[in-house]
This record gives sequence, C-alpha cells and structure tokens, in this order.
Amino acid sequence: MRFLLDDERMERAMGVLLRFGVVLASTAVLAGLLFYLQDHGGKPVQFHDFKAYNFDLRHGSGLFSGSPRGNAAAIIELGIILLIATPVARVVFAVVAFAMERDRLYTAISLAVLAVLVYSLLHAS
Amino acid sequence: MLTFTLLVFSGSFAAGLLGALTGLGGGVVLVPLLTLGFHVDIRYAIGASLISVIATSSGAAAAYVREGFSSVRIGMFLEVATTLGALLGAFLAAKVPTRELAILFGLVLIYSAWLSWRSNKLMHVDPAIDNPSSDKLRLSGSYPGRGGEHIHYKVDRIPQGFAMMFGAGTLSGLLGIGSGAVKVLAMDRIMRIPFKVSTTTSNFMIGVTAAASAGIYLRRGYVDPALAAPVMLGVLSGAVIGAKLLARTKVSVLRTVFAFVVFALGIEMIVNGSLGRM
Repeated sequence: MRFLLDDERMERAMGVLLRFGVVLASTAVLAGLLFYLQDHGGKPVQFHDFKAYNFDLRHGSGLFSGSPRGNAAAIIELGIILLIATPVARVVFAVVAFAMERDRLYTAISLAVLAVLVYSLLHAS
Repeated sequence: MLTFTLLVFSGSFAAGLLGALTGLGGGVVLVPLLTLGFHVDIRYAIGASLISVIATSSGAAAAYVREGFSSVRIGMFLEVATTLGALLGAFLAAKVPTRELAILFGLVLIYSAWLSWRSNKLMHVDPAIDNPSSDKLRLSGSYPGRGGEHIHYKVDRIPQGFAMMFGAGTLSGLLGIGSGAVKVLAMDRIMRIPFKVSTTTSNFMIGVTAAASAGIYLRRGYVDPALAAPVMLGVLSGAVIGAKLLARTKVSVLRTVFAFVVFALGIEMIVNGSLGRM
C-alpha cells in the first residue's frame, strides 16, 4: 500500500485531530462541571485568596472508582488533561508525518518541540 | 457558586466572541474580567485563561486548515522558539509578585489596544526579498489565490523573527495569554510572511505554546477546575460563534470600540497593581 502524505494533507489531518480532541475534552469538562454544580451549587465561592489547587486525578475517591458525582472535579481535570494533550498530539503527528516524508530536518525540528513539551509536562516545576 | 459559574460563563462567552470578532483573542480581556470584575486571584485567572487559550486555538484550527493558508513548517520551526519562551515565562510567573504581574498585564493590554487601533489602517509590507535561508530551511511556501492559483512567498529576517517568537512565548507563559498579536507581528512585519499565512499559522502555534506552560501551571496549583471549566466552555463557545459571525459582520467600528475597552482595562490593571490590590 502506498501512503502518500504531503504537507497539505498533513495539515488537514491535523485539523481533524485538533477538532476531535477539543470536542472530547469539552464534553468531559461540561459533564464534570454539571456534576460539580449538583454538589457544590449552593456553596459560596472562594477564588479571592489563592490556595494552590492540588491537580491530581487520584484525589478524592478517585476518577475510576465510586460514583461520577463524587468525582466531578476529577472529570473536569481529565477533560483539561485531554485538552492539553491535543496540541501535543499534533506535534507527535508532525514527527511521524515528516519522518514519512523523509524530511530529516523537519523530523528533528518537530522532535525538538516535542522534547520541550514533554519536559515541561513531566519535569519542570 | 451556581450564580457565579453562570456569570463567569457569560462573561467568558462575551470575551471569546469579541476576541474572535476583533482578532485580539479572548485571553487579553479574560484576565482583567476575572480579576477586576469577579475579584479572582490573578494566578487562578491566568491558569483558567491559559486553558481556554488552548481550547480556542485547537477549536479554530479545523476551520483554518480548510482554507489552506497555514504553513505547518513555519509553525513548527517557530514553535521551537515559542515553547522555550513559554517555559521561561512559566518559571518567571512564580517569581514575579502578583502586583507586578498585574502591571505588566496592563501594559500588554495597552499595547494590544494600540495594535488593534492601528491595524484598522492597512499597512503595506514589502514582500520578502530573495533570502537563501528561506529555501534552505524549507520555509518558503505558497497559498491559494482568489483564482485558485498558487501564490508563492519566501521568509525573510529569520533570526529576528525567531527571537521575537521567543519573546511572544515568554509573554504567553508569564500571563496565560495566547499572545497571537505578537506572533502575527513577528511573522507579518518582521519575517514578511503574507498576512493570511501569518494569522492562520499563529493560531496553530498558540495551542502548542500554551501547552508548553500548562504543565507548570497545573503543578503550581493555578488551575482550579471549578473556575477553569466555565471559563473554558464560555470562551470556546464564544469564539466558535464569533468566527461564524465574522464572515458577515462589519468589524471596523467594533474593533475601535473594543480597542478603547482594552485600553481602559489596561489602565485599571496598572492602577490596581500599583495600589497593591491584586
């Protein structure tokens, strides 16, 4: 099978990828927010004083255990993680696509961008 | 909480709508809206704004791709600079006191207002002269003209453009904004890339740039789901509708009005920052 991939088709596929990621992520965020408001709708807000939010999918009763309502915040967090992963997936896609085009220079450039992203997501603080 | 969430959603929707219609992006008015209007700590505001910036960038990309203007090569090449800048910006965000962040944000708002006001008067930029590095780095490209013909272009002053992109990335990481205006400025004015190519490519780059500081923001606790969720959903839906309206709306008056609003918000951020109210 011949798989031809030029820049134009690459960009088109990237557009589809990005849209898919955004739809998926915002669905999760919306669902999580609705669950969250069911539980916390009547409580007062507290965003005036900064207290570092512990962004951790495992907090509370955890994302993959218990009822979805108890894990509303974790569902929103999952949506946010999906959202951040979307542009990262675009760069991964570019690495593969440029490699298939046998464009060494741009495979290396995409890998450099990916390295910065991975470093920032996993290590930098 | 319910009322607050609905108000934040509506405000974010308006910010996304106006941002898309005027080309300024939702981020610049979002942070002043949250801090001045809703008394949210600027760190939470910046965190929520950064998340919404990623959403609008990715959401708009699908529409832009169909037009065939954006250049994946120019974007990827310059993303090396913007992501490194974003790392630096996110590091600095923790070091800079919040009142100084507010003042800096105010200055960026005033500058954006000025850029927006000025761009009402079209400026002519000379197309790139024959720069051999443009071909060597495979940055030269083409885009479809009105009659379906290919219009070829080259890229000029690459080191200067690269340096400015690093600055745009730093600003994005520091303030949680897309800094699309600075990116377009670097491509259009400095590197002499055609305007349509600059704006669409910039849109792609914004998401990747913001993703580079997002991890750091999450670990610092700047992203509270209860605030980020309505902000992100509001800005995204506003931006999507704004992009649809854009084709049949006269924006020059709107843009002038918006420029004044952004200018006023900038002054207020600086005043509040100076008085230590942030």
